[in-house]
Parts: sequence; C-alpha cells; structure tokens
Amino acid sequence: MGKETTRRGFLEAAATTALAITLGRKAGLAAEAGLSEYNWEDYSYVYLVDASKCIGCGMCVQACQKENRVPDGFFRTWVERYRIGEGGRVEVDSPNGGINGFPATILDFKVTKGLFVPKLCNHCKNTPCTQVCPVGASYTTKDGVVLVDDKRCIGCGYCVQACPYGSRYLHPVSHVADKCTWCYHRITRGLKPACVMACPVGARAFGNMKNLQDPVRKTIATQPVLVLQPELLTRPNCYYKGLDKEVR
Amino acid sequence: MIPEIRVPEVVGFAFPNDIHITWSLMIVLYPYLTGIVAGAFVISALYHLFGREELRPISRFSMATSFAFMVVATLPLLNHLGHPERALNIIFTPNFSSAMAGFGILYNTYLLILLLEVWFVWRKDIILLARRNRGLKRKIYAAMALWTYDISPQALEKDHSAIRVLTAIGIPAACMLHGYVGFLFGALKANPWWSTPLMPIIFLASGMTSGVAMLIILYQVAMKVSGQKIESETIASLNRWLWLFMIVTVSLELLEIITLAYEQSEAWEAIHPLLTTKLAFSFISVQLILGSLIPFILLMIAVTMNRYLHDRVRNTLSFVSALLLLIQVFAMRWNVVIGGQLLSKSFRGFRETYSPQLFEKEGILAAAGIFCLAFVALFVFAKILPVFKALEEPRTVKLEAEAKRS
Repeated sequence: MGKETTRRGFLEAAATTALAITLGRKAGLAAEAGLSEYNWEDYSYVYLVDASKCIGCGMCVQACQKENRVPDGFFRTWVERYRIGEGGRVEVDSPNGGINGFPATILDFKVTKGLFVPKLCNHCKNTPCTQVCPVGASYTTKDGVVLVDDKRCIGCGYCVQACPYGSRYLHPVSHVADKCTWCYHRITRGLKPACVMACPVGARAFGNMKNLQDPVRKTIATQPVLVLQPELLTRPNCYYKGLDKEVR
Repeated sequence: MIPEIRVPEVVGFAFPNDIHITWSLMIVLYPYLTGIVAGAFVISALYHLFGREELRPISRFSMATSFAFMVVATLPLLNHLGHPERALNIIFTPNFSSAMAGFGILYNTYLLILLLEVWFVWRKDIILLARRNRGLKRKIYAAMALWTYDISPQALEKDHSAIRVLTAIGIPAACMLHGYVGFLFGALKANPWWSTPLMPIIFLASGMTSGVAMLIILYQVAMKVSGQKIESETIASLNRWLWLFMIVTVSLELLEIITLAYEQSEAWEAIHPLLTTKLAFSFISVQLILGSLIPFILLMIAVTMNRYLHDRVRNTLSFVSALLLLIQVFAMRWNVVIGGQLLSKSFRGFRETYSPQLFEKEGILAAAGIFCLAFVALFVFAKILPVFKALEEPRTVKLEAEAKRS
C-alpha cells in the first residue's frame, strides 16, 4: 500500500512539474511575442469595404505585397475597376491587381457610372476552402480568421479550386496554399491590417463584432451592406457598401 | 529564388489569381488511369461473377491490367503535390469534411481487394511455378504462395468462392474509387463547369468506356505479338460492352450541356463561350465528333452486323473504335479539369489555353512517362505470372493425385 502511495505521489508531482514547465514556457513565449494580454475569445473580426470611397490608387495592394512578401503575379488583395454604360455594357479590369493604379483608357461606349472594388479573402464563416482541405491545414481561428498552416499543407490546390472569390493561390516558392490573413501578426497585437492602414480615403475598415462600441460593427448593424456572391451561402465576414449588381 | 511566372493572356476579365492553372496535366492523367482501373476490373467481374464465358480468355488479363494501372495511379498525384513528402497526412490525419480525405480509405481498400483477388486467381499458378523452378526463383514464388502448396480440388473450390466474394465487393469499391474523383469536381459550388451531381456518374461511365477500350487494344496487340488467335467471340462481346458504355457516357455528357443550356442560368453565360471558343477543338472536334460520333458509327456496324463480319474487319473496327474512345475519354478529362480552370470565377473572362511544356515537372514527358509505366507494370506482371492461360499441372502430378483420390 505504502509503495502504491509513493508511486502515485511521484506521478502527481511529475505531472505537476511538467504542467508548470509547459505553462511557464508558453507564458514566456506569449510574453515574448507580445501576446500576453491577447485572448482570442474576445474578438470576432470583421472587414468593411466602402466601394464608393475607393479611388483605385493601389496603395493597399502595395502595402499588402510589402507587408506579407506576396510574390509577383499573385495577390492577397487587389482592386477591380468597373466601368458601366447603358444597355448592359460593362468593362472590368484590374491591371496587375491595380497595384500601380489604373491607366486612363478610352472605351467604345459611354460610361454612365464607375466604381473601384477592393477585393480580399472574405474569411467566410461557412468557408468552402477549409471544408475541402484534406489534411486540415486550412482552418478558422476562434477570432474568425481563415488561415493556412504552411507546415501541414500538402499543396494539393483543392482549396484554391473551392474558393469562389479567387482569393487563394499556391505559393510559387513554398508550394503551399497562401492567402490573406487579415495580417494576423498585426491584428493580434492590436494593429490594423496593412491594407487598412495604407488606404488614404478610408475605404477599408477593420473591426471587432464583439466590441459593442466598434464603429465597423455599428455601420454593419445600422446601414445597408452587402456580401459578395451571397447565393453561395459562404457567409462572408467581409462586408461591402456602395456595390453594384455587376460585382461578383 | 522566385521562379518566373508565365503570365498568360486573358480574354475579358479574370480574377488576378485565376490566371494560374493549379491543377495541371497530372490531374488530367489521374482520373484517366483510375477510369481504366475500374473499367478493366468490371470486365474481369463479368466473367468471374456474372459468368460471361465469352470473356474467359481475357478474364485474367483484365485483372492484371486493372492491377498494373492501379499501381501507377498515385504517381501523377505525388508529382503534382507541392509537398509530396507530406502525402501520407491524407491517410493518417484526414480531415473528414474534405472529399479528398476519402482518398486514403478508398484507394487502400480497393488496392487490398485487388491484391487479394490477384492472389486467389493466380494461387494455383504461383504454386506450380514454385514447384517448377529452382533456387531463388523458387523461394520467391514460394513466398508469393505464402508457403502453402494446397491445390486440392477443395482448396481450389475455396479459391473460387473467395474470388466471387472479392469481385462482388470489388465492383462497388472500384466504382467508389473512380466515382469519388468525379465527386471531387462535382461537389465544388465555386465552379459552374464542375458543379453537377452528374459528374461522378459521367466519370464512372467514361471510366468503363476507357477500361474496355484499353483491354481491346492490349488484347489484340498481345495476341498479334505472341502469334495467338484473337477470339472472335471475345472481341464481339467487348464491342457490345464498349458500345453500351460509350452510349451511356456520351448521353450523360450531352445531357449535362443540354440542361445547362436549357436552364439559361448565369453559369451558361460563361460556359457557352468557353465551349465555343477555348474548348472548341478539344470538346466539339475531339470529344464529340472524332471521339464519340465516329466510334459510335463504327461500333454500331460491328455490333449490329457482327455475324456477317470477317474476323479481320471486326477486329479492325473494334481496334479503331477503341483507340478513338481512349482519345475521347482523355479529351473529356482534359475538358473538365483544364476547361474548368480556364473559366475565371469572375464569370467574365477566360485564361488563354493552357499548353503544358514538354520538359516541365508536370509536363508532357512526365505524363507520358507515368502512362508508359503502367504498361511496364503490366509487362512485368506478365513476366512473373501467366496473364492469358492458366498453367497446366504436369501429367504425372495429375495421375498421382487421381491415384491418391481413388
């Protein structure tokens, strides 16, 4: 009996020590990364684009490429230009994702309205990309961000095919799926995504649905907003103001 | 170093990330191989389970073909993955909300069934070969026989029952393996050219077509090379099955298009120009006319006028139709896999046609190499085990066995 107690005692002590070491190490790592006060249960991120404000300058695309080292020819965010005339005439373009703005070109129809539409991953609540990932490398965090674990991704490309918004690509160097993270490394430190910071006209806004005072939350709650391709029921966390029916 | 990206031409407007072809020639090849696997297996099942005696001459050969193509089927996938070293994650840590996670279960189940069935079908031959050979060869055959040398009539009867059971499970397993590839495409709501419940059935039907077509070609070539007689009953039967499978395939393929066109949905607005411009050659000319209409007529002659045909005419009609149908099925895979990616999810534009390079990693040479490996695998199989006729027991052994029994 005595022997039994000793063994249990030893095991308990060992387990407590191991736990203490693990927790201490985790706390240390978190503190080092500046995450000590971050609790993802307190956040539910949301993005709001006001297309009527966007001037198509491309600063957001440039900021994203620099912040996230996005390879040339691929885009975590981009801007589309819509020029619409009467009789269903529509011209859409996005030269190099709009990174250098948009050249003035002459169309063969009279443009009666036009708009710029910034695009990025919609971080859907019911997202097809994480659904189809065969190894669970694509996942949604508790604060509502869709991310890719680049140590786990096998590079099959199924998520790229499944995203109806074209916001994913296979990275040409790392050969894993890559996409907008809403600058997760920034937002978890209380900063805004790079694209939001770079926008000179405030067409891009970032907020937290769990914060009752959040202006983005208030706008979504009180003003007319749309999501892209609502018929697919992906339930995006990216909302739009000032869209036109021609935008998909 | 960042590799240079070939920026393709775009007609209309495509989402900027949509201009890259994520699923290459390798993903065209994979369902092509598994389709042949399923089709060849069904022909062997028609003999083993459904007693179609006229298919006996190729019953073993069709199983060997199915096995050989199955062995190489994973190679295009491995070559395509960005991280093939992590491929086993699909098997060990699958995410079951993904259709692709079914791959591990379906592929391994079918491979196991096929392995067992091959063992039971060839068990007697393996034992006879173990007895005939000496030295290392004998040891290898003995190991293949699992060191049991029982070829008594009772044991062979048990083998036969096992084959029947395995075939009965094997048919749905083969259909699942290949149908699931169709499901991978059919269940993606993001792509209107793929998203249809018909997709798995179309894949299955065309898989049967390509499997039978491949058998016809291989059987005729093998008989010619070895100077043996091509059984006219067997060819006539294969013609009938090929005709049936091709009619089902083409009907379903047309049904899908006609439904889309008739619905006049948003998807058709994008698909219609895709079919008439980017895929005009590979879909209309190759898949529908060269690959469907011509073999339909040739096979109609071969099937309906079978009894009036000279063997050589029947064989030629059969061979040409089979070759055209192999092209048809490949074109169908191409039009689905590549066609679906030419169409941007913006529904407003297309990428210029995708033309794989000869020497690139997922290029033409790699694809041709993998495809040829299937034939190499079949050749090796045929070197180890007899794929056409079962071995005969030596007379003395037979007499001894009879003496024992009496």
